Amino acid sequence: MAHSYTPGLTVTEQTVIRRRRQLPLPGTVLVAVGDLVQSNQPVARAELPGKVYPLNLANQLGVAPDEIKEYLTKKEGELVRKDEVLAENKPLIKWFKTEILSPITGTVESLSTITGQVLLREPPRVLELLAYVDGTIVEVQPRQGVTVEARCSLVQGIFGIGGETSGVLAIAVAKPDEVLTPAHLKADMKGKIVVGGSFLSAETMAKAKDIGVAGLVVGGIHDKDLRALLGYDLGVAITGTEQVGFTLILTEGFGAIPMAQKTFALLSAHAGEKAAVSGATQIRAGVIRPEIIIAKASGSASAGVAAVPQREGIRIGDPVRIIRDPLFGKIGEVSALPSDLQKIPTESDARVLEVRFPDGQVAVIPRTNIEVIEGA
Amino acid sequence: MSASRPASEKPATDYPLNVIVATDCGSTTTKAILIEKVGDEYRQTYRGEAPTTVEAPFEDVTRGVLNAIAEIEELSGRKILDGEKILAPCRDAKTGVDIYISTSSAGGGLQMMVTGVVQNMTGESAQRAALGAGAIVIDTLASNDGRLPHEKIERIRTMRPDMILMSGGTDGGAVTHVVEMAEYIAAAEPRPRFGATYKLPLIYAGNKEAQPQVRKILGEKAALEVTDNIRPVLEKENLAPARNKIHDLFLEHVMQQAPGYKKLIEMAGAPIMPTPAAVGLIMETIAKREHLNLIGVDIGGATTDVFSVFDNAFNRTVSANLGMSYSISNVLAEAGLANIMRWVPFTIDEQTLRNRIKNKMVRPTTIPQTLDELQIEQAIAREALRLALIHHKSLATGLKGIQQERTISDAFEQQTSGKSLVDMLKLDLIVGSGGILSHAPRRIQSMLMMVDAYEPLGCTMLSVDSIFMMPHLGVLSTINEKAATDVFVRDCMVYLGTCVAPIGQLKDGERLADYDIAFPDGRTVKDQLKMGELRLFPLGLDQKAKLTMQPVKTVNLGQGAGVPVSREVLGGVAGLLLDGRGRPLQLPVDESTRVAALTKWFHAVDLYPRS
Repeated sequence: MAHSYTPGLTVTEQTVIRRRRQLPLPGTVLVAVGDLVQSNQPVARAELPGKVYPLNLANQLGVAPDEIKEYLTKKEGELVRKDEVLAENKPLIKWFKTEILSPITGTVESLSTITGQVLLREPPRVLELLAYVDGTIVEVQPRQGVTVEARCSLVQGIFGIGGETSGVLAIAVAKPDEVLTPAHLKADMKGKIVVGGSFLSAETMAKAKDIGVAGLVVGGIHDKDLRALLGYDLGVAITGTEQVGFTLILTEGFGAIPMAQKTFALLSAHAGEKAAVSGATQIRAGVIRPEIIIAKASGSASAGVAAVPQREGIRIGDPVRIIRDPLFGKIGEVSALPSDLQKIPTESDARVLEVRFPDGQVAVIPRTNIEVIEGA
Repeated sequence: MSASRPASEKPATDYPLNVIVATDCGSTTTKAILIEKVGDEYRQTYRGEAPTTVEAPFEDVTRGVLNAIAEIEELSGRKILDGEKILAPCRDAKTGVDIYISTSSAGGGLQMMVTGVVQNMTGESAQRAALGAGAIVIDTLASNDGRLPHEKIERIRTMRPDMILMSGGTDGGAVTHVVEMAEYIAAAEPRPRFGATYKLPLIYAGNKEAQPQVRKILGEKAALEVTDNIRPVLEKENLAPARNKIHDLFLEHVMQQAPGYKKLIEMAGAPIMPTPAAVGLIMETIAKREHLNLIGVDIGGATTDVFSVFDNAFNRTVSANLGMSYSISNVLAEAGLANIMRWVPFTIDEQTLRNRIKNKMVRPTTIPQTLDELQIEQAIAREALRLALIHHKSLATGLKGIQQERTISDAFEQQTSGKSLVDMLKLDLIVGSGGILSHAPRRIQSMLMMVDAYEPLGCTMLSVDSIFMMPHLGVLSTINEKAATDVFVRDCMVYLGTCVAPIGQLKDGERLADYDIAFPDGRTVKDQLKMGELRLFPLGLDQKAKLTMQPVKTVNLGQGAGVPVSREVLGGVAGLLLDGRGRPLQLPVDESTRVAALTKWFHAVDLYPRS
């Protein structure tokens, strides 16, 4: 088992990160390598194709599909305004004249003499891609996007909802095991990233929404409150596009779980500083974890590539978090790594390790039920 | 192993394969096995396991492969790795392996969108072609699916499939609707999930008359491949060419986009197969070799794949988002809390249960440490299995929309075209695979999970993949049939026993049937099976008992109501299970009565340790 360990969440005061900012389709890059950028600065721009409106002209005019060209008043690629005549017939008696008006303002994208359809497309929508973090442009992929590098403090959460945002960090509670209540939320927290303790309830989320906080960072929430917030039961952990009024990041999991002391201390040390947060979570391929990034002053990155942590496996003394009941959320350090399989209460034979908690107690835990607290 | 092979195969080595290391990169765990030739036969000797490393900081599937192989190295004492390279071929008796092979479902599998003209005809044929290739079908668009054209376009834009399969129209039939669908796809300008720089693979397998128009409309906008029509005439399906194309494109385009696959492909000595395709090969082979009707299931972390072979017709479905780790929360969403709770033999408040399920979703590699956690996971597994079978039954059907020749006697049967091919009364064998079934601490737990979920009728054998190695053997069968067969028979398939389940419902405690069992040691048991009873008799592997059962007149054992049955039943590691809980299975609604019933059943078969 020398190599085997469960990758954990990174909580580190000092690191260099790179975030690739990529347009969903080719566009224009607005910055150059070496440029210093701010989190809310556009770095690339693209035009998203507008919505498509199919119109079956052949049906509406009562003609054969291969005849529609004769009735069209616009050509492919031509602009058309809403309610402008798009096609018409020319009967001998005006009474029988049929005019087909355009339902949108846009362009005639294509016409088909096989189906008798005309596809109209709305004007493109401009999409501006923001830098997301304060940093330096280290790479440009022409027409596609850029890579931003930043020297920063980084906290990865386990789960989040909501997109990218930024704001000043506000620490609302005194201790990591304190529950974030509506009373902790003040009007001046509008637009800020509010850090709570172990838990927040549906009422606290409602108040956060009223105030207009940009983000909430807490240890855990109840799943039923998440369901109420979203309006549906989340089936798989692929998030980031929710629009619930704020970005929510859980650092520990579901339930009332004290935030790891290290996480709370790091965030507290940066109270009043600007942070970029993202709630996007994807646990399948190309894993994405929610994150809180506090860029260092000047945004200057260190030279060289962002270091990818290389570990050989779990070692005695590693700080770990228990990630499964009955000791879910407890934090301790590895005190022994027995190599033989051991029978656990379910009767399964599992590879285990021993964890010593701050109070001196020791527990035997399956290795797969812990995660290393990275970035020590 | 004679089942159909994927189109793209590269030849195996030209030297004898005596030591083989195989991995399956699952969505949660990467499993490695070592197969060695011992004397004249191949045996599975060591296994290793490690989390699949699509997670940061690695985001490279080969890391998990190397970790799992490193575990085998440690256990076997054989040196297999030289840094990050696999030593192949063998250098000496304790160094290297002759070939490394792999299957994979990491990366969320192959997510496809299919289109047809008529939803329950070409739409379903296209769906069957995609599912048969091991894909997850994320949506089926058809001209008559009730959605407005712009809704279809929006759907294509937002779903971001890995691949699209277009079908529709019989050869020589009307082209309009097929071309219309091509126009919608072109308008949507679909973009793949992975990689913004390559074109989306699109297979056209519809009316051949429409090929020129489809090429004109989509040739520039997608990586278009044209193949034979899936439904050339109404009465016939021709799925193989489209399936083979899907395999090829998956290997060439989609798989390579997932983290680390290029490296994995280079490491492997044979093409990497999608896991459901590999398991399907094995299931199909068992059914053909033993002349059985079977249902097979592979319950994974993200998906549950169901396979069936009835009267030689093979079907496969992949239920995306029904799984035991990444998708566990979706099982809750689809089944509902009450359906999960009905299998839990204790009371637990909804909030705690919901939080536990979500925690497993966000930390999918964890395992139950306490008995109650195991019981909850096994309850969820029952529902995932049940829902996936419902999904399978709805798709494993005869062709719809065709006229059937009917005799006068048929006219009295209200049988329509497109009836499900899955007939539980004709079922001989249920085969289970996947972590929760293969790694259940007691084999009877696997048996009862499948019995509860599938509710077999009459006499049905059950078996389980011993340590979850069917995918490995599926891919191995493509390069060395003997090795795959040897290991399958000796080490993989574990017969659990036979379940005998009378069909009918009576009042609790009423007599369902009289039975007489003659065991191979000469012992006989005569008794009554009562409604609500579960009885387990020891009957070992390869042992046969003679069962005679006389049901009461309203109860059916598969031969008709009240008709007695006399037959040989096979044993297994769990034994002979008489299931007197009635069919369809009805659990008490009242919580305390339900908990009492579950506790009684679980005790009756010694399902869990008693504290």
